[in-house]
Amino acid sequence: MDFSMQNRCLNCYEFILPNIGWRAIFSVEKEQLICQTCEGKLERIEGEQCRICSRPFQNIDEKFRRGDLCHDCFRWEEDPEWHGYLERNYSLFLYNDFLKEIIAKFKFRGDYVLAKIFSEFLKKRLTEITPDIFVPIPLSKERLYERGFNQASAILLEAGYQPNHLLSRIHSEKQSKKSRSERIHLPQVFQFLPDIQLAGKKVVLVDDIYTTGSTLRHAAKLLKEAGAASVQSLTLAR
Amino acid sequence: MRFVIKNNVLIPGSNTDGNSLPISDIPSIPQPPQNPNFPYNNDLQLLLTGKQLLLEDIPIAFQEVQSHYENGYITYRKGIHYEGKKPVCTRCGNKDPHHFASYPCSRCGETCLYCRRCIMMGRISECTPLIGWNGPVPDTILPSKIKQWQGTLSEGQQVASDHVTTAIQQNQEHLVWAVCGAGKTEVLFAGIEAALAAKKRICIATPRTDVVLELTPRLKAAFPEIKVASLYGGSEDRHLYAPLTIATTHQLLRFYHAFDAIILDEVDAFPYTVEESLQYAAVQARKPNSAMIYLTATPNQKWQRECWTGKRAFTTIPARFHRHPLPVPKFEWCGNWQKQLQKSKLPPNVLRWITARIQSNKQALVFFPHIPLMEKALPILRQLDPTIESVHAEDPNRKEKVQQMRSKGIPLLLTTTILERGVTFPNIDVAVVGAEDAIFTESALVQIAGRAGRSKDHPDGVVTYFHYGKTEEMVKARKQIVLMNREGIKRGLLDDKK
Repeated sequence: MDFSMQNRCLNCYEFILPNIGWRAIFSVEKEQLICQTCEGKLERIEGEQCRICSRPFQNIDEKFRRGDLCHDCFRWEEDPEWHGYLERNYSLFLYNDFLKEIIAKFKFRGDYVLAKIFSEFLKKRLTEITPDIFVPIPLSKERLYERGFNQASAILLEAGYQPNHLLSRIHSEKQSKKSRSERIHLPQVFQFLPDIQLAGKKVVLVDDIYTTGSTLRHAAKLLKEAGAASVQSLTLAR
Repeated sequence: MRFVIKNNVLIPGSNTDGNSLPISDIPSIPQPPQNPNFPYNNDLQLLLTGKQLLLEDIPIAFQEVQSHYENGYITYRKGIHYEGKKPVCTRCGNKDPHHFASYPCSRCGETCLYCRRCIMMGRISECTPLIGWNGPVPDTILPSKIKQWQGTLSEGQQVASDHVTTAIQQNQEHLVWAVCGAGKTEVLFAGIEAALAAKKRICIATPRTDVVLELTPRLKAAFPEIKVASLYGGSEDRHLYAPLTIATTHQLLRFYHAFDAIILDEVDAFPYTVEESLQYAAVQARKPNSAMIYLTATPNQKWQRECWTGKRAFTTIPARFHRHPLPVPKFEWCGNWQKQLQKSKLPPNVLRWITARIQSNKQALVFFPHIPLMEKALPILRQLDPTIESVHAEDPNRKEKVQQMRSKGIPLLLTTTILERGVTFPNIDVAVVGAEDAIFTESALVQIAGRAGRSKDHPDGVVTYFHYGKTEEMVKARKQIVLMNREGIKRGLLDDKK
């Protein structure tokens, strides 16, 4: 292990103090990438949550809850055009101010290496989901050039998974500048690049943030129609 | 981006072309000769003169940028270059391997190294060209009268002002060591006027946005017909070409060989002292033959030594413009105040000091070394007066609280070192609780003491350092203040007390 390279926090550059103890001496411990203060600011999604999108129920009003679904998912599932495409979404952390800052730095400033912060958490989740194919939500060609990398592919690659680029995106305005209804009533923004047999395959879509679920549902629909057995999704933030 | 060299000119190449290379891998970048018949774009000229920008910062199509390069009006430099095998960020000078990372880049199709240290100004990687101007400099038309400011300078200010003007005219370095409240800004006006009259481009750089925002209107009032660019993160003047620029030190990273004179304010302060990239930026931003004026109230030990041994040209302004001496801090031992605070108590002498201010209606600032301890002290003190407030860097209501303190809505404000400089309250006393903490350096303590006795009507103020063991820094701080007062008397810059 290269001590000079590994002992600073990827996010705040503070030195990381290693845990000295019997465990550290006798076992191969995974390398610490961020300091405990930063890790402590990441809030895991725990407790009771929506059966489809993992939205935690504890912070939301009863009236936005429909049984084991959140109001948003209920509305999606109620619509025959969208029913059943996205089987389940998993999100690792709550999209709090701290994570907002990290994702902005990662995605908009282009600090690629921050993807590593999430690798261990991603691996753990993906071993539970056991998908056959990992599909990152694509960027349009123009946006990809502008950013230099696709954030969803980066998350996968850094965690050691090979992304399958099954989708391409038609260039449009940034998602974050649109309202919910604009996002939902958008025509299909993705295209399927048919170079792989999808029939019977369990697909996981990967993206950085789950906001309205519109992006993921559009992609899920396309993949299901192309023959995927099931489509689940995994995002860093919710 | 990838490029190929054709006929000794850099041409953009595609990712699939085996002959093309990311810009940092090209051994030397050819500079085409200037074509005098080329109709260059004036907007580009204004945007790029003295700058080093990324393509993303330029709101003009790449083809046009490229044709300016091919005709000799634009320079391309490597975003990252190598010293031997070691990568160096050309913009911020970073050489520390901790601050580099790499990624599979979709622009050049390779694993591309990028600099993490200056990433807030846009990412610089091995395939990023830094774009600058190589054509004629925009002409500035001078008004008949440059300076409108009519005020008078104190004797101390006048001496400094003359030295600054000479240094700017002769492209020298000069340090102005002026006590808090000496009136540093006015000292600059004559020098700025001389620079502008000689059609020089001049910049005042300061570490903090607040100061940029405060200085801009003052300089615009002093030089009403001169265009002033006010630069900080997110400012609107980003693309403005102006003979007079006021910028945060960070913004200097976007400049290259731009200024004939740079005035660096608060050189002793964070982040300038800590972030090497800012010192590098200041050097990059000045022309090779240019003047550099340093302003500070508290030069570090090294600079002080250089001053006293004649290795650094400097001028002191040892007295405030109101001709009263600086309040000299008193030291008071207060025992283990942290332990007391854990038990929700304050040392009796600290409590006595605070109670006395509240009873006599004298506003006060009380400094604490850390936020958690300050937050512990707040409820204790609120028993004396419920309107007491505390403030720190991440406080969302920071501005409002400072404003309230100014308008006398708060009797006592607890603060971290965030208010150590830059803010002026007319009539206050100042205390430091835990002055032995490492965060209170000589310079911080001098600045803190400098908060008291600022106004002409209330030139006196009490400054007390409560400590649990006197430190070297405290002693040095007091010594510096005493020294300045003594010099003020010697040079006849202080009035005798009646």
